[in-house]
Amino acid sequence: MDDTTAKQRIAKRAARELNDGDVVNLGIGLPTMVANYIPDDVHVILQSENGFVGLGPVPEPGCEDKDIVNAGGKCVTVKQGAAFFDSSVSFGIIRGGHVDTTILGALEVDEKGNLASHMVPGKMVPGMGGAMDLVSGAKKVIITMTHTSKGAPKILKKCTLPLTAAGQVNLIITELAVIEVTKDGLALKEIAPDTTIADILKSTDADVIISEELKVMEV
Amino acid sequence: MNKIKTIDQAMEYIRDGMTVMIGGFMGIGTPELLIDAMIEKGVKDLTIIANDSGLPDRGVGRLIVNKQVKRIIASHIGLNPETGRQMNSGELIVDLVPQGTLAEQIRAGGAGIGGFLTETGIGTEIEEGKQKIQVNDKIYLLELPMKADVALIRASVIDKLGNVYYRGATRNFNPLIATAADIVIAAAEQVVEVGGIDPSDVMTPGIFVDMIVEGEK
Repeated sequence: MDDTTAKQRIAKRAARELNDGDVVNLGIGLPTMVANYIPDDVHVILQSENGFVGLGPVPEPGCEDKDIVNAGGKCVTVKQGAAFFDSSVSFGIIRGGHVDTTILGALEVDEKGNLASHMVPGKMVPGMGGAMDLVSGAKKVIITMTHTSKGAPKILKKCTLPLTAAGQVNLIITELAVIEVTKDGLALKEIAPDTTIADILKSTDADVIISEELKVMEV
Repeated sequence: MNKIKTIDQAMEYIRDGMTVMIGGFMGIGTPELLIDAMIEKGVKDLTIIANDSGLPDRGVGRLIVNKQVKRIIASHIGLNPETGRQMNSGELIVDLVPQGTLAEQIRAGGAGIGGFLTETGIGTEIEEGKQKIQVNDKIYLLELPMKADVALIRASVIDKLGNVYYRGATRNFNPLIATAADIVIAAAEQVVEVGGIDPSDVMTPGIFVDMIVEGEK
């Protein structure tokens, strides 16, 4: 499966985790794509941590407003009913548990729900931005990522990169599987129709509990 | 009391070695006019406190490209490759701080709060060297307030007493840094007479603003 197809599948599946009325923060990249697949009857309020709720779609070319950008610095729109605020209020919303779900990317996730997403020492040190606050503060943390990177597993027994947060991840969605982080370890809840349990175990460097209610992932 | 100053008058308050807070998020809400003037003046060895290090051609990033910064405290430096390059070559000290912690440190600095407790960073490298405090059954990091010599804010609309209205997402760190520095300079897109902003719409009260410079785009 090519990268784009994989990411679309992941975004589509992640969108089904959102409930009507949820306040949701989507990370940059793959998580941003989730907004394209939210069902029509589910109305979520998207937060943009640079300072508003009510994030809307990307504007038509020529209709950009230079003062309205998302947390990646890209021009966006706001929906009717949106509200702007400063960074202190924005992170009060995040730390205070007022964000129901955050969907973020990851470099590594491990059996304990630890997350490494913000740096590769010596190679890529962009800074954590708002990610550490988001994963600590949001009620539910969903990680969306391709199952492996150049064939190497990203779901591990123990993260090797510096942690973005310890023990905060609730759910991992990849193009192959949906895995829940439980107190007993990683539980395989759904499997993509074009893969096998054996393939998933092979591309996962962690112990995986096969859920009794294992389902086929809707793609 | 005339707060409207020329850019040269305002620049007299920014000197080598100072700690300067600068508003904006990826350059949005950054007073580019004041960055232009700092580049022209060539003020150096600055410590910058800002959300991010901008882009090479935008916001705080231009001061870094021009090598006027010795240290930056920010949450994100990924959109300006020059920041990472100078960090790796030892030319620039970079302190990365979680964005919410940075915002709250500045708020605490301006609000006379001696520190605050947060779970952000527990179990990560961020907790190194910091005091941990248990309250009931939860463990928090003690984060300390931050202040600066000068804060540079960008006002969408400002009245001649310095009351500020920020449009859209330009607000971000601006109202916070306006409370946390000895001198606050506002670069204004639009200056109106006193009374031109409804008091209920004021986002930074004019008492925080020392100087207004016109001409921000």
